[in-house]
Amino acid sequence: MGAHAPNRANAQRTIDAVWRIESARVIGGLARIVHDIGWAEDLAQDALVAALEQWPQSGIPDNPGAWLMATAKHRAIDQLRRRQMAERRHDELGRRQERERSTNETDLAAAADDDIGDDMLSLLFATCHPMLSAQARAALTLRLFGGLTTPEIARAFLVSEATVAQRVVRAKRTLAEAHVPLEVPTGPELGPRLASVLEVIYLIFNEGYSATAGENWMRPALCEDALRVGRILAELMPGEAEIHGLVALMEIQASRSRSRVGADGEPVLLLDQDRSRWDRVLIGRGLRALARAEALGTLGPYTLQAAIAACHARALTADQTDWGRIVALYDALAQLMPSPVVELNRAVAVSMAYGPEAALELVDALIDDNALADYHLLPSVRADLLARLGRVDEARTELQRALELTHNEPERLLLSQRLAEL
Amino acid sequence: MRFMMIMIPNISEEEWPSDPAAMAELPEFIAMGKYNDELTKAGVLLGLDGLEPTAKGARVSFAAGKPSVTDGPFTEAKELIGGYWLIQARSKEEAVEWASRCPANDGDIIEVRQIFDMGDVGEAA
Repeated sequence: MGAHAPNRANAQRTIDAVWRIESARVIGGLARIVHDIGWAEDLAQDALVAALEQWPQSGIPDNPGAWLMATAKHRAIDQLRRRQMAERRHDELGRRQERERSTNETDLAAAADDDIGDDMLSLLFATCHPMLSAQARAALTLRLFGGLTTPEIARAFLVSEATVAQRVVRAKRTLAEAHVPLEVPTGPELGPRLASVLEVIYLIFNEGYSATAGENWMRPALCEDALRVGRILAELMPGEAEIHGLVALMEIQASRSRSRVGADGEPVLLLDQDRSRWDRVLIGRGLRALARAEALGTLGPYTLQAAIAACHARALTADQTDWGRIVALYDALAQLMPSPVVELNRAVAVSMAYGPEAALELVDALIDDNALADYHLLPSVRADLLARLGRVDEARTELQRALELTHNEPERLLLSQRLAEL
Repeated sequence: MRFMMIMIPNISEEEWPSDPAAMAELPEFIAMGKYNDELTKAGVLLGLDGLEPTAKGARVSFAAGKPSVTDGPFTEAKELIGGYWLIQARSKEEAVEWASRCPANDGDIIEVRQIFDMGDVGEAA
């Protein structure tokens, strides 16, 4: 295994690739040394610039991650020395309290032996900290943990680069000002903090899987980024069932991405999809992840949702779907996290298992729920049940209402078609 | 996007490992196991397989609309596929970087190939 020297034109792209592979480890490692993820990122970026200057001549080192880490650590030591000298001058005026947690060179040497897994985990728990807004958590996680550039994140979330840059800067400042410790939470703190991490990962996935506005129905690269973070987390904390549950859910949902969109970009509903185009590799991975989650004990919300997705994945044709089991899983999910959206999905499953009449009762009970007042799927589901019961006029009214409530173009198209077919 | 990393090992059919138990003890297989772990921990590995010697396989070739079967071993062939990894990467450069980290032997070749996105095929149809 020797160093391979890229030419200058390719150097940037190669270094980008190395960065994507190494960023979480390098920034995570540095952050635990300097106790500040913003500073850690700056150090890592400096090391990247050095790589861009040196690698085209010297070739890519055998262990590029270790090279970046070593280079960044040298800079950290330089900067710490300078800060400490400045502090000594400060001492005459009185030491500032905020420097108490400051680092010294002994920490730097000791940190070399620290567990890389813990470095990565503590970084992820910091970028997904509940004190940050959901959008800030997603942007910071993709940038620091996922190794994405600001323009890449901006394109993925359909916002300007300035917006992303601002979100990232503010988030880093918020974490620094709150002195959020770079560590893996333990005890009673772990549950809610892990929930926040899983929420961010699933938010990134869903941003890619179901665009809420605009013409693009999916942004697959974002789904892959979320899956990657989820899979890394699953290997770092293999004993946490819900991580495997979330990974299983994402793998199985992603397995359908090719068949969710028709030839003209229109959405294709689950039961109408060409199952031969479902991705067997991802289904296999999803079912294995689900088995890992189930083996760990009680089923949490992500695992239950994955189990529901798995019922569809296992059915070779839509007719073979085990709707009875899906209803039972929705029952369990509704107990665990009661929500009108879960209730609506449960009603759909009931309609498939036991007919539209039983389901309509459940859906009608949701009409007065304020949480669903602007949710286009409520009238859309109701329309389907009414149509199946032969109540065509009422179904038509409901579809028109659903059309008023959605702004996603492909979805509107689908609703219009259903309306025309009634 | 997805890539297949196809391993073309620099060994002959006679040198091809065939006993999994004995194989597991070899230092190069232990190193390969660590490499595979690294791919898993990085969240990029979707699947992998190693192939049995060609003596256990066959080639089906086609001429004049008819298949004809030649049983292994393929002694005349220079480059034989030893196995593959299926990975997810953001760019060809990233896939190449992963391939470069493989603890392969001198003379081994890893061919890095991007996989057709069947979603794109569907949309074009």
